[in-house]
Amino acid sequence: MPVKAMLQIKKLIHDYITRDDEGNVSGKIRALDDVSLEVKPGEFIAVLGHNGSGKSTLAKHLNALLFPSEGEVWVDGMETDDEDHLWDIRQEAGMIFQNPDNQIIGQVVEEDVGFGPENLGIPTKEIWERVDEALTTVGMQEFRHKSPNRLSGGQKQRVSIAGVIAMHPKCIIMDEPTAMLDPSGRREVIRAARALNEVEGITIILITHYMEEAIYADRIFVMDEGKVALQGTPHEVFSKVDTMKKLHLDVPEVTLLADELRKAGLDLPEGILTKEELAEALGLAKKKN
Amino acid sequence: MLKEITIGQYYQTDSVIHRLDPRVKLIATFAYIISLFVVHSWTGYLVAALAVGVVIAASHVPFGYIMRGMKAVIMILMVTVVFNLFLTEGTPLVHIWKLTITYEGVDFAAKMAVRLIFLIIGSSLMTLTTTPNQLTDALEDVLGPLKRIHVPVHEIAMMMSIALRFIPILMEETDKIMKAQMARGADFDSRNLMKKIQSLVPLLVPLFISAFRRANDLAMAMEARCYRGGEGRTKMKPLVYRKRDYAAYAGLAVYFAVCVVLCYV
Repeated sequence: MPVKAMLQIKKLIHDYITRDDEGNVSGKIRALDDVSLEVKPGEFIAVLGHNGSGKSTLAKHLNALLFPSEGEVWVDGMETDDEDHLWDIRQEAGMIFQNPDNQIIGQVVEEDVGFGPENLGIPTKEIWERVDEALTTVGMQEFRHKSPNRLSGGQKQRVSIAGVIAMHPKCIIMDEPTAMLDPSGRREVIRAARALNEVEGITIILITHYMEEAIYADRIFVMDEGKVALQGTPHEVFSKVDTMKKLHLDVPEVTLLADELRKAGLDLPEGILTKEELAEALGLAKKKN
Repeated sequence: MLKEITIGQYYQTDSVIHRLDPRVKLIATFAYIISLFVVHSWTGYLVAALAVGVVIAASHVPFGYIMRGMKAVIMILMVTVVFNLFLTEGTPLVHIWKLTITYEGVDFAAKMAVRLIFLIIGSSLMTLTTTPNQLTDALEDVLGPLKRIHVPVHEIAMMMSIALRFIPILMEETDKIMKAQMARGADFDSRNLMKKIQSLVPLLVPLFISAFRRANDLAMAMEARCYRGGEGRTKMKPLVYRKRDYAAYAGLAVYFAVCVVLCYV
């Protein structure tokens, strides 16, 4: 039996319609143009693309916050257009947004984490268990009685993640969760995301424009002008240095260095992603004792 | 500049009053305010003073801290007293220039002042010992019956708690915008009132825009977390009455009965 796809997008088109003062259609902007893709349960997916490439629009489709102009979006076998399943989809596909301040509702950390379960109508006792469990998962147990305003950006984002985990989702979509954070906050969030994927087996869709965050993904989708311009494993995607540059995207510095070295005549494989890999390829790897 | 206002700010400590159910405190505060207008005699005010004294002692909030909150309302208090002092007719007591202070005026002004002071102390005691969150919960519960006549009680409570959550965030933002404007030569320290008002415009416009943007983001985040109004929602921290709450209600009933009796004696 084939594994049911966690997310399935078929020929998705999304138009933003602009209206003038009288409410007449004055223009159409095509944000997504014939996107088709499939994500298997438990995958870690990174979506790259520069501003305006349609990646945030894509994210909102996966949580049924936007609906297709044409095409279909299926989440765990449920179509997002189907109103009967709207809340099931939102429960199964959690969403983390860019600005940590604008997605925390509670005035105390634990109350915010409980907000989602409260909306689902879960009995009080179980809410407490879920909140406990979610806070432990993201390592925010000691901050549970604090006000969110007293936390750092990375900590706030971890609270947001806990809030989503407490709803027991199968999939979490993160829409540039690290864009407003400092480097240490970014590391915190990415570490939490990877742990969720590896330990809990939750499917993660990470939308980002930091290439370093994408190298851990199982697969990468590169968006450009509403289309999937490139897809594949990090090795496959980052080995196409010239295509990436054409799409106004960087590749990790190490990959770039390896690429330049290869062009200069060194015999190196394509798609080197980490310092360790480069060192090994150059024969400089430290011998393990 | 806004941080100086201490009236009604939650004072964190552990006391019997802090642990009381917020509904008890809300209802007691309303009952206390009503009682202040029911009693007319000095004996009545003595009872009211005793009651508030007992609560202050039990709340562990320093008396000085409570009085500091009075600073904000001292002007209103003075105006009320002065008006009542000079404009009440009755047996003359003192003549000052064209104004007359009457015996009744002194009595009435003094009672009015006492009434206002107790009213402020009473209501600030509630906010000093109850977190804004508990207060909105209590409000939602106490006003619950109004749902039957289609008052959106849950929505109002939710709006209040979101507003409270965003006050510090918007304050910080105001500060940031102010500094950004000052860096480009804006003058916020002018003593000229017109200039002061004018300088607020470039401050308020970006603040409003950002507030709307935040509201939009927040609404989307709430929807993404399955928020769909009050129906079918459970509570993480439901309000449950305990023994001490019933005891407090009993105490309140006794106090109110004494006030009513004093009114007719």
